[in-house]
Order: sequence, then C-alpha cells, then structure tokens
Amino acid sequence: MSEQQFRQAIESGVPDAFPYMHPLMAKNYGQWDWHDRPRPGVLHHVAKNGDEIWTVRAGTQRQMDTGTIRKLCAIADEYAEGHVRFTIRSNIEFMVSSAAQVDPLVAKLEQEGFPVGGTGNSVSMISHTQGFLHCDIPATDASGVVKSLMDELYDEFVNERMPNRVRISTSCCQINCGGQADISVNVQHTKPPKIRHDLVAGVCERPAVVARCPVAAIRPALVNGQPTLEVDERKCICCGACFPPCPPMQINDPEHSKLAIWIGGKNSNARSRPSFQKLVAAGLPNNPPRWPEVSALVKKILRVYQEDARDWERLGEWVERIGWPRFFELTGLPFTRFHVDTWTGARYTFNHSTHIRF
Amino acid sequence: MAKKHETPNLDQLESGPWPSFVTGLKRLAERSDMIGDVLGQLEHSYQTRKGYWKGGTLTVRGYGGGVIPRFSEVADQFPDAAEFHTLRIMPAPGMHYNTDILRKLCDVWDEHGSGLLALHGQSGDMMFQGARSEQVQPAFDAINELGFDLGGAGPSVRTSMSCVGSARCEHSCYSEANAHRKVMNSFVDDLHRPSLPYKFKFKFSGCPNDCMNSIQRADMAVIGTWRDDIQVKQDEVRKFVQERGRHEVIDNVITRCPTRCITLKDDDTIEIDNRNCVRCMHCINVMTKALSPGQDRGATILVGGKRTLKIGDLFGTVIVPFMKLDTEEDLDRLVALGESIIDFWAENGLEHERCGEMIDRIGLANFLEGIGLDVDPSMIVHPRTSSYIRTDKWDEEAEKWRARQAEGAA
Ligand code: HEM
Ligand code: SF4
Ligand code: SF4
Ligand code: SF4
Ligand code: SF4
Repeated sequence: MSEQQFRQAIESGVPDAFPYMHPLMAKNYGQWDWHDRPRPGVLHHVAKNGDEIWTVRAGTQRQMDTGTIRKLCAIADEYAEGHVRFTIRSNIEFMVSSAAQVDPLVAKLEQEGFPVGGTGNSVSMISHTQGFLHCDIPATDASGVVKSLMDELYDEFVNERMPNRVRISTSCCQINCGGQADISVNVQHTKPPKIRHDLVAGVCERPAVVARCPVAAIRPALVNGQPTLEVDERKCICCGACFPPCPPMQINDPEHSKLAIWIGGKNSNARSRPSFQKLVAAGLPNNPPRWPEVSALVKKILRVYQEDARDWERLGEWVERIGWPRFFELTGLPFTRFHVDTWTGARYTFNHSTHIRF
Repeated sequence: MAKKHETPNLDQLESGPWPSFVTGLKRLAERSDMIGDVLGQLEHSYQTRKGYWKGGTLTVRGYGGGVIPRFSEVADQFPDAAEFHTLRIMPAPGMHYNTDILRKLCDVWDEHGSGLLALHGQSGDMMFQGARSEQVQPAFDAINELGFDLGGAGPSVRTSMSCVGSARCEHSCYSEANAHRKVMNSFVDDLHRPSLPYKFKFKFSGCPNDCMNSIQRADMAVIGTWRDDIQVKQDEVRKFVQERGRHEVIDNVITRCPTRCITLKDDDTIEIDNRNCVRCMHCINVMTKALSPGQDRGATILVGGKRTLKIGDLFGTVIVPFMKLDTEEDLDRLVALGESIIDFWAENGLEHERCGEMIDRIGLANFLEGIGLDVDPSMIVHPRTSSYIRTDKWDEEAEKWRARQAEGAA
C-alpha cells in the first residue's frame, strides 16, 4: 500500500462541548443565578430565568472497564436525561431537570455501588496518578492506594461534615503528578540511586542526565573502561529525577522508597492566598495491598482537623491559625530536623519574630 | 481462552465500599489475554514492590506525540502484556458527554484495544489504556472519526482543562469552554509535534475558586475575575442574616474577609468597600444567593505554575491583572498572548526548563520586556527588599510609568 492510501488524521483538536452538554446547561450557559445543596452529593442550580437543574455526583474507580462505563450510560439513560460529565477528581455527574428524579437516581447509583457524595465540605475523590498499572517510574501503586484510602474515607465522601472541603492527592514518585492538596500522600525515596553501570552506556544520554539533577550530584565516570555515571552520595537528595532519563539509575527500592504525608496545599484564592503543602510525616512503609499505616495517619489528621478547625477553614488555614507547634502536639506526630526547610527560600520559612504560643 | 493468574494481593482490593478497579480488570481479563497478563504483572508489582513498564517511542501517522508507549520488562512471564500502550484523547471542555458518544468510544475500545479506560488523567485526557503497537493506528483512526483528537505528550503544548463554569456555575466570569477550545485549537501543531523546551499547560478556571487548580499546575492560567462592584441583593442578605443569625454571619463572612472590607449594618444589610476587595470569592461562596461577582467580568492571567522538578514547586505569577474575554477579538488577544509567551520561551528556555523556571532564572521584569508587557504593581506582593540592584536608568523607567499613567487617564 502506498502512503497516499492511508487515512489522513483530522487535526480537529478539542471538540465543541455544546453538542454534549445537557440541554438545560447549554440553554442557560452563562445565565446561572445561584445554587444550593439539598443533600450531600446533590447540587441544585437556578438560572436567572427560573430554570432549575439538579446534579447528582458519584464516585468512580477512574480506571474503568467499558462494562462499567456502559452501566453508567444505562443509568444516565434510564434515570437521568442521557448526559453526564466528569469532574477533575474522576467523579461522575448526572444532570436532571426535576427534583423528583433525584431520589430514584441516587438510589440506583447506590444500588450499583457508586457512592453519592463529594460535594461541599466532604472529602472528595483522591487525585489519581498511574502507579504500577501504567507508569514507567513508580515506586508504588496509585489505583490501589486510592481504593484503600477511599474505602476508609467513604463516610467522609458521602457526608459533608468537614470544616471545609478536603482535597487529597497521591503521587507514586517525586515528580508528584498528583499535585498540591490539603493532604498529599507522596513517595519519598531515602537512598541514592543504585547504578547499573553495565547498562548506562547503552541507554542513557549522559549529559542530559547530568543536567537533570537538581543538586549537581551526578558526574560522568568510567567503570571497567566503560563510560557511565557516578553520584556524589553526600549531595544526593534522592529525588529520583535522574531515573526517567536513565533507568539504570535505580532509585526505586522495595524497602527504602517510603511514603510521606504533606498537608495544607490550597489553590483556591478564597480568604487566604493559595499555598503549597508542607511535610508533616515521612518514613511510612510502602505496604501493599492496603497501605494501612498511611490511612491510619490520614484519618488521624482529618479527625483532629474536624474537631479543632472553625467553619470554612481549609486544613492549611487551620494550622496557620493554631500554629505548627500545636499541630504536632494535637496529632502526636514527631517534629524532626527534616521538617526544617533547606531548599531555595528556606530562610523565609523560619520564625523571624517572637510570636510564639505557649 | 481467558488467562488467569493468582492475584492474592489484588483480590483484597475487591472488598470495601468504594468501587473497585480490580473487579473491572478481572471482568476484562475474561475476554482479553492482555488484561489477564496485565493483572498478573500488577500482582507481581504488589508482591515485589516494583514497577515493570518501560517507555519507548510510538505515535500515529503525521503526529509526534500523544501515545504513551509501554513495554513490559517481564514479558517472559506475562507475554500478552508485552505491549500495553495508552492513547491520550482530549475530551470536550468541561468533560461533557452524552451516552451515545460514550458508548461509541467504548465500542472503538472494545474493538481495537483492551477495554480499559481512565476517566480522566491528571491533565484531563481520556486515557485509552492497553493497545498493542499495531492497534494504535486503527484505534486512533476510529476515535478521530468520532470527532476526537490526540492530546499532548512530551515537550509540547499539553491537553488543557476548564471548569464546568458557565455551563452550570453562577460564579463564572467568562466562557471557559470557548476560551479553552479557541486557545487550544490555535496550538494544535505545538500539541501534536513536540518541539518545545518542555511541556506547556494552559488551564481555565472561571473564577478565583480555581477549581482546575490552574495556579499550581498551569504554565499559563486563565482565572476569571471582575473589576466592578460585587452584586448584592440586600433582601437576600437580610434573609440570610435572619436565618443564620448575626453571630454566624460575623464569624463566617465578615471577619473572614481577607481585607476586612465588609460591614454588617444595624438593619442586617451589608456594605462592601469594593476598592479593597481582592476578589477572593469567600463571601460569595458563603452567600450564594445574596452575592455574585460584578458585571464587568474578565480574567487574570498568571504564568509559570508547575510541580516539583527541577527547582521546586512554583505558583503562577500575575502577568495580566485583567483582560476582557467577551468577544472573538478578546479571545484573539488571549491567543496572541499565549503565542508570544511560548515563542519567547521556545527561544530562551533551556532544554527541559519549564516556563516558570526560565522566569525564575532571567527575572520577571526581563521576561515581561521580552513578551512586550509593562510591569505593574499588581504583579508583586511587595517591592524588592534587596539593595543589590543597578538603578542607573531610573529616570527613563519612571518616565515610562508616567506616560502610561497619562495615557490611562486620557
Ligand atoms: C457548582 C459549581 C462549583 C462551586 C460553586 C464550587 C465552589 C468551590 C469553592 C467555594 C471552592 C473553594 C473552597 C475554599 O477554599 O473555600 C472550590 C474549590 C475547588 N473546587 Fe469547586 N465548585 C464548583 C464546582 C466544582 C467542580 C465541578 C469541581 C470538580 C470536581 C470542583 C473542584 C474543586 C477543586 C479541586 C477545588 C480546589 C480547591 C483547592 O485545592 O484549594 N469544583 N470550589
Ligand atoms: S507520580 Fe510519578 S510515578 Fe506516579 S504516575 Fe506520576 S510520573 Fe508516574
Ligand atoms: S536522585 Fe536526584 S539528587 Fe540524586 S543523583 Fe539522581 S537526580 Fe541527583
Ligand atoms: S472555578 Fe469558579 S466558575 Fe469555575 S466551576 Fe469553580 S467556582 Fe465555578
Ligand atoms: S470577595 Fe473576598 S475580599 Fe472581596 S469582599 Fe468578599 S470576602 Fe472580601
């Protein structure tokens, strides 16, 4: 077959959303007036012309077989009006044009095993990465960590009883594609890469790898007459940045790749400026299939936040008010030298005042 | 023909109230040998606590990216999982679907792939997971016929995301769906043929709640805002105060305003000092019925947000405090801004250097000069504190400011 006979790709880019939108959403596009939440998992929006729409939000497993998606489609056809949308956290939303349709839809979703919730001041679905299932650099799984955590946090997904919304993310390497969050469970390597010198020459572009290291710990070297790389282990911060461009720099380790917990990331501009998450605990074992040490700690932090924070305080805002010493006191977590920042701008994170709570 | 491995670890993930991805994978394994072996490999990962995929290069005809190749490192044990590639496909803005199109996408994937689909990836793609090399082109062709196109991967413009916004949210300050589509479809070449220093992400949030997390994740974040006064329905304010009580309103609205610009009056109405409102959204979030953003709406543009690698996490920085996004010409200006940023970065960024890292290296003022924008005090939290700076062109620079002020006043 000659080249010409091949089908040419249509570079159509991003498709138009309007043909797929629920007709009431398309009709009232930009004309919504206010909303409330009749119950957890349900939003009610009212347009300026009086049109109303109810949204039912349900959790999914994100990694779905087509059978599950077809089941969701069947629910949408029978109980909603044939339209769905997904949220940034892999929740599915069904839209209906009358209040009477809400309860049967909720009941059907619950019957089929899709929890209804994730709205308002709940713990929503966890931002999901790839993990063992599909990434080439993970130190742990993603889908399994998320499934385990969501099983434990189920009651907080289907209720709205947190002081404010809680966003959780997980990341299975230190590239952290899970993102910033109120609580973030991230891999933290604790040992420098073990280099498989016999493979470096064949697969790694050495200058690119040297350039990738954030602390300039990698230098070209010769081992057994072969060009390879070596790492200054006193400088190395075990970040794993050298592993994607050079897989022989093996950073993942079943024992020494640990999990760490960070809190207080917030991207919303509501009240306080957006903030980055801060390290609170490290050294948690990477313990499949259910990572019990991680969920125990996440639940403990949530419990203290729930008890001590005021209405509308995000997790980071709460700690900002009560101070970090009290956070460590209330959670019983150890405060260590590793909590004191050493990276660019570290000095701006020190206490330059006599503001201290006793 | 179903392929079965013992999966004692994964089996434990089938219990519990949250929907289980393992159950779906097992259902697929009954008809797909590939997924059977993928499950086997996954169980092997759980047992050894190591990953076993490696990358490679693969794409569709005419494009340079958009497919994530995965080859198994343990194919001798799991031969049908030897190739397990992903197609990243861009959904419509706001991730809206009707059931007809979702079913058609499932049909394609049952025919040409494993039947495993992630909705959605962190960058907003539908991820069609599990194609052998020879399946990639036919799968893409069929998806493309349905009106969908490959997303970004590699050093390229990446798939974008926009919030539900105008489609269902009263806080929306511009048409996210239109801006998203217009901007992205102006960069299809940079999306499909990776040739930039590194990835570049646009994200669109309709208001400062920033539901798309654009400020921490987007190289260019378009966040809706307004310039005039917050719209207040005083009768609804009064109702709210009477229902909830003054105590709650004072604790949850008045004292939570970051610039203390709301006053509760004796007659249970409020007064807002709009000149000092920083458009944080808090009071509007709490009193959804009584308060809404003003009518002179548009967006703030921030550049340079990203995650950890290599210099640490960065927030987006304001480079345009406000721009209107109502008309086609307004959107053209947004596209032109994106072009000038990407061009300047493509020219000056080092290999594997995100836009925000380049700005950190060369300085914000130099970057602004490079893309032809004037400095503005809304771009900073406070002026410099370090005296290590040459100011020998002070008069010239001061004159520029005065000229702009005069122009603005005219
Ligand atoms: C119905 C329209 C919506 C309204 C009125 C709304 C309201 C809000 C508010 C008030 C916040 C800020 C919370 C705070 O800090 O006080 C927020 C943040 C957020 N919302 Fe929404 N939201 C809407 C839709 C959505 C949707 C559809 C999603 C997707 C699941 C979403 C995801 C998020 C996320 C991820 C944040 C992040 C907050 C952070 O990390 O700081 N929102 N939203
Ligand atoms: S966090 Fe790291 S390991 Fe996990 S999916 Fe992202 S890049 Fe892969
Ligand atoms: S792990 Fe990070 S710090 Fe250590 S050598 Fe690799 S890139 Fe450098
Ligand atoms: S960013 Fe603002 S406009 Fe967009 S969905 Fe969130 S609250 Fe609504
Ligand atoms: S939007 Fe924020 S800054 Fe403005 S009045 Fe409301 S609470 Fe205050």
